[in-house]
Amino acid sequence: MIGAMITGALKRWVQAVQEFTFLLSDSVRYAFTAPRYLVDTLIQMDVIGFGSLPIVILIGFFTGGVLALQSYRTLSTFGEVGLMGKVVALSLVLELGPVLTALMVAGRNSSGIASEIGSMVVSEQVDAMRALGTDPLRKLVIPRLAATVATLPLLTILADFAGMLGGYFVSFYTVHLTTEEYWTSAYQSLTYQDVTQGLIKPFFFAVIISMVGCFQGLHTTGGTEGVGRATTRAMVVASVLIVVVDFFITKLLVGIGFF
Amino acid sequence: MNSAIELRNVSLSFESKRVLDNISFVLGEGETLFLLGVTGSGKSVLLKVMLGLLKPDSGQVLIKGQDLVPLSEEDLQPLRRRMGIVFQEGALFDSLSVFENVAYRLREEHVADEGAMEQRVREVLRFVEMEAALEKSPAELSGGMRRRVAIARTIISTPEIMLYDSPTGGLDPVTCLTINVLIAKMRDLQHVTSVVVTQRLQDVYELVKFVYSGEKQTLVPADGAATSRPATYFLMLRDGEVFFHGNEQDFTHSQNPYVRKFLT
Repeated sequence: MIGAMITGALKRWVQAVQEFTFLLSDSVRYAFTAPRYLVDTLIQMDVIGFGSLPIVILIGFFTGGVLALQSYRTLSTFGEVGLMGKVVALSLVLELGPVLTALMVAGRNSSGIASEIGSMVVSEQVDAMRALGTDPLRKLVIPRLAATVATLPLLTILADFAGMLGGYFVSFYTVHLTTEEYWTSAYQSLTYQDVTQGLIKPFFFAVIISMVGCFQGLHTTGGTEGVGRATTRAMVVASVLIVVVDFFITKLLVGIGFF
Repeated sequence: MNSAIELRNVSLSFESKRVLDNISFVLGEGETLFLLGVTGSGKSVLLKVMLGLLKPDSGQVLIKGQDLVPLSEEDLQPLRRRMGIVFQEGALFDSLSVFENVAYRLREEHVADEGAMEQRVREVLRFVEMEAALEKSPAELSGGMRRRVAIARTIISTPEIMLYDSPTGGLDPVTCLTINVLIAKMRDLQHVTSVVVTQRLQDVYELVKFVYSGEKQTLVPADGAATSRPATYFLMLRDGEVFFHGNEQDFTHSQNPYVRKFLT
C-alpha cells in the first residue's frame, strides 16, 4: 500500500520533470522560428518588468539598508567601518540582488502567469486557441519566457543600485561615513567577474520563473480550485528552484575558477 | 457522398479510466450528427478528438479523408482551419473585446487590410445578431450572447465542419431557440457538416423537424420546406462506448429502454 503510493508519487514526479523538460526545450527551439508574437512579448515585458519595478526597488533599497546596519556591528569591532561600501556592494551584486529580485519576481509573476494560463485552461480558452490555429506555446509561453529573460537582468541591476543607495543612506546618516568613502569602497571592490556573475544568475532565474509559471498553468486541472493550487505551486516551486539553482551556479562558477 | 468525418475504432484512456472505447462512425458532407449521452459519457472528449485537441490511444480520425492522429500540432493547423468548434461556455478570450475575439483568426492569418477585416467581423456578427456588442468585453455578455459570439468567431473563416459542445446548455428556452436557428442557418444555407452535443430533446426536435428558410429568415417545418437537407444521425454514448447509432427513424422508433429515456 505505502510502496504503491511511493511508486505512484515517484512516477508522477518523473513525468512532471519529463514534461517540463519537453516544454523548456520546445520553447527554446520555437523561440527562434516564426510566427513570433512581438506585441504579446512587449505586453509581458511591461507586466513582468515594469510592473515589478516598484517592489524590486523597494526591497533592494531596504535590503541594502539592513545590510549596512548589520555589517556596521561587525565592522566596527575591527575598526573597519570604511569597508561598509565594499560589504554592501559585494553582498548585493553577487548574491542578494539576483536572488532577492528573482524571489520577488517569482512571487509576483510566476504565480501570476500560472493563474492567468490556468484560468485559460479551465475555461477552455487554450483549447479554443488551438482550435483557431494558434500554438499556445508560441502565443503564451514564449512571450513570457522572452519577456522575463529580457527584464530580470535589468531589474537585478536596478535592485543592486537601489540596495547600494539604501546602504549609502544608512552609512551616511547613521554611521557618518562620507559619500566618497562609501562609494569609492563600493566601486573599487567590484571586479568584472563579480558583475558578470551577478548578471549570469538572472538569466537562469528568469527561465525558472517563466517556465515554472507556464508549466503549472498549462497543467491546471480541477476548475477554479485547481487554478489556486497551480498558483501556489508555481510560486513555491519557482522560489525553491531559484535558491537551489543559485547554489549550483555559484558552485560551478567557483569550480571553473571564475572568481 | 464523401465522408467529412470518419472515426475508426477510436479508444482513449485517462490514466486507468477508459473514456472512449472503440468508437467508429462515418458522417458525410453536409450531414448532421447528434451526440447524446449522460454527463461524463465522453461526448466532449469525442469532439476534442475529432479536432485533434486530444490524441486517441488507438484508432484513426479521418477528416476529409486525412488521418489527423499522426499529425503534429503544426500539421494539424490547415485541417483545423476547415473546422470550427463552439465550446460549452463559449471560451471567449477574456482579455479581448468582442471585435478582437471574432477577428482573432483573421489576425492569425495576417490579414493586413483593417477595413476589410472590420467589414468581415461586422458581417459575421450580424449573422449571429450581435453587431451591437462589437466593442463590449466578454465579461459584459450573457451566456447566450457569449455563445453567439463564439459561433461568430468560429464561422469567420467559413468552416466546412462545425462541432458544437452543448451549445444550449444552461440557457433559457428563447436563447436556446436563437442558438438552434443559427445552427440550422449554418447547416441549411452554408451546408456545413455539423456535430451537435446535446442533452436537450428540444434541440433535437427543433433541428430535425425544422429547416432554416433564407426567404422567411427563420425556421420552417421541414415537411413543407422546398429544399431537402442531408441526413441526420444519432450517436449515443454510454460509459465511453457507442450504445446507439442510427438515423432519425431508428432513433425515434427505438424500443431500447435506455434510448427511450432520452425520448421522454
